[in-house]
Amino acid sequence: MMENGPDLVTLLWTTLAAFLTLATFSFLYKDNPLYKIAEHLVVGVSAGYFMVLFLWTSLKPVLIDRLIDGQYWYYIPAVLGVMMWFRFSKKLGWLSRYPIAFYVGTSGVAIPLYMYNNVNRQLSSTLDLTLGFGSLAHFWNIIIVIGVLTGLVYFFFSKEHKGAFGGAAKIGIFILMIGFGASFGYTVMARISLFVQRIASLEEWGVMLYTYIFG
Amino acid sequence: MNIFVRMANLDRRWIFVFLFLVVSLAYFLRNVTSVPVNTTKEVESIYNFIEGLDPGDKILLALDYDPSSLAELHPMSRAILLHCYRQDVKVVGMTLSQYGAGMVEEVFRNVKSEAERIYGKTVEYGEEYCFLGYRPYPAFVILGMGENFRIFFPRDYYDTPLDDLPIMHRVRNYDDLECVVVIESGTAADMWLVYGSARYNMPLAFGVTGVMAPDYYPYLGNALFGLIGGWKGAAEYEKLLEQEHDANRGMLAQVVAHLVIVLFIVIGNIGYFVSRKKTKIGD
Amino acid sequence: MKRRVPLMMVFVVSLFMVVQNFVPLDEWNWIYQFLLDWTMIIGILSLLLGMWSLWKVHTQKIKRKSENYGYSFITLSGLILMLIFGFFPGSGGIENYWYRSFFYYIMVPIQATMFSLLAFFIASAAFRAFRARSVMATLLLLAALVIMVRFVPMGPLSPIVSDAAGWILKVPNLAAKRAIIIGVGLGAVATALKVMLGIERSYLGRD
Repeated sequence: MMENGPDLVTLLWTTLAAFLTLATFSFLYKDNPLYKIAEHLVVGVSAGYFMVLFLWTSLKPVLIDRLIDGQYWYYIPAVLGVMMWFRFSKKLGWLSRYPIAFYVGTSGVAIPLYMYNNVNRQLSSTLDLTLGFGSLAHFWNIIIVIGVLTGLVYFFFSKEHKGAFGGAAKIGIFILMIGFGASFGYTVMARISLFVQRIASLEEWGVMLYTYIFG
Repeated sequence: MNIFVRMANLDRRWIFVFLFLVVSLAYFLRNVTSVPVNTTKEVESIYNFIEGLDPGDKILLALDYDPSSLAELHPMSRAILLHCYRQDVKVVGMTLSQYGAGMVEEVFRNVKSEAERIYGKTVEYGEEYCFLGYRPYPAFVILGMGENFRIFFPRDYYDTPLDDLPIMHRVRNYDDLECVVVIESGTAADMWLVYGSARYNMPLAFGVTGVMAPDYYPYLGNALFGLIGGWKGAAEYEKLLEQEHDANRGMLAQVVAHLVIVLFIVIGNIGYFVSRKKTKIGD
Repeated sequence: MKRRVPLMMVFVVSLFMVVQNFVPLDEWNWIYQFLLDWTMIIGILSLLLGMWSLWKVHTQKIKRKSENYGYSFITLSGLILMLIFGFFPGSGGIENYWYRSFFYYIMVPIQATMFSLLAFFIASAAFRAFRARSVMATLLLLAALVIMVRFVPMGPLSPIVSDAAGWILKVPNLAAKRAIIIGVGLGAVATALKVMLGIERSYLGRD
């Protein structure tokens, strides 16, 4: 499209996008009606977008098509799902407890999986001194073991952080602080990326506008 | 008045203006100078994994992000997709992000044309790649796909039955794929670990936003075979692929922005120590 | 009927889900698949509640003429237009031109820009709040600084900084995050067991 210059319709849409980008940036000066318009518009459009997507690509294939195909047992979860809508009714609110119970019950699958993923797997990796980082692998692995143990001690609030226990908790908080520092450093990169991309999109619009006007 | 006190009282909008101008300028000067990008083991291992796959092998690529994090994650998605097409690896795509489906579909469409242009190959929908679309409730979707993709995805994004797509023939669950690569901006990352890796033990790799990256280092080696962290990670992958694009183009702006923020921290701290010293002397 | 049956349901279903994880028999795998499938359908239908809630909040704002109620018209217009584009007979659903254009040219730029504002707030916070007031704050600050300057070209210093950043991420950061992951895991399992055994019942609401 750009080889022959942008067409007017694309330019208009891109101009709208650039205007909304600048309207959102205007919040940096102060909260203002332009920002509020953009903010409220995105809430409505996002909700509508999701609703359409969700009904066409989730509800239809997963439930409606199956009911049309004659798989009548799907009426059971459908009825349970509809019972959820009574959640805010004072009289019939208790009906919503059945689908919630079903949902919560199925979530029980998380118990062994969380235990394995977050606890067993992490503990065995910590104690596996063959996993190395660099030439001082074993030494750093011992530091990791100490870091994990003291970090856990810091989060253990059932015993007062005093004496040796308090000392361990202190080391734990130091380790945690370095971890949070690493997260902050990375967060800066993440936020700047978002801004650079917006600058790139504004530049794209500027180039498009220039090409359209001057050829 | 002390200069540091005056700076501390500076209207923050001046800081905004300064950052806006400096970063924009650095971005516009991207062609004047480039920033060298060193690759890390975490990123190399994903690259090497895909590089080692045979033509015709299949992977699952979950692009679970929405417009709020497209800046960081689009370059990763593009680089991995290009790499797969270069290696003739087939890609089954999907998303668990409610606002991401349209955007992800566009990524697949754009990279298809790009791959055809760069590598001179035909990349056909249904043959080389497919897009299953979006489903809510990530935990159940991930568990369901471990049993059979057809439980929650009887049809793809375009309403085509899965069995009508040649790429999905003989693909029942994760066992029929070489690995799962997840480009992620939200909590579904944890679900891939808990409900995917912990239950089905498939080879798993993540490309995540900068905010999330440090949180997934503990999984390297035990659940993840690789990790791409934020813009820098994407730039590394682009470099390995020799297809330097958006992430590398923005590296100069990144460097300048980081230097500005480091400078702010240093000035802020000098001001803090100077004023503290004065207060102590005053006492 | 109102409380006991749901509580029993939670216990039986979650017990099954736990047991089948350890004993994955083909004979009962179909039950597991059905449970997953049905739960998704219940979840999908309950998502409609969210939409109803959004509609209610904004229509009530307009009815009551609350402060800034005019903006609610904008939200509802956006919502209604998208629904028309997506559901109008013959519109093409998710392939509708206007539906896609509203997504690409309205939703994407606003959402992406809103999050990019955080770059400015983080810069402002760096200037005003990021102080080495204590040993802990200094450690946090130093770790952040090393991570931030790791890709800044610094000549012969670059490999050293890069190694230091790698060390921070793979040793203290890894230990810290692993401790958090283990803590979260133990907490999640304990809460889930309380729910399964009926000790934690707040999800049922009040009578």
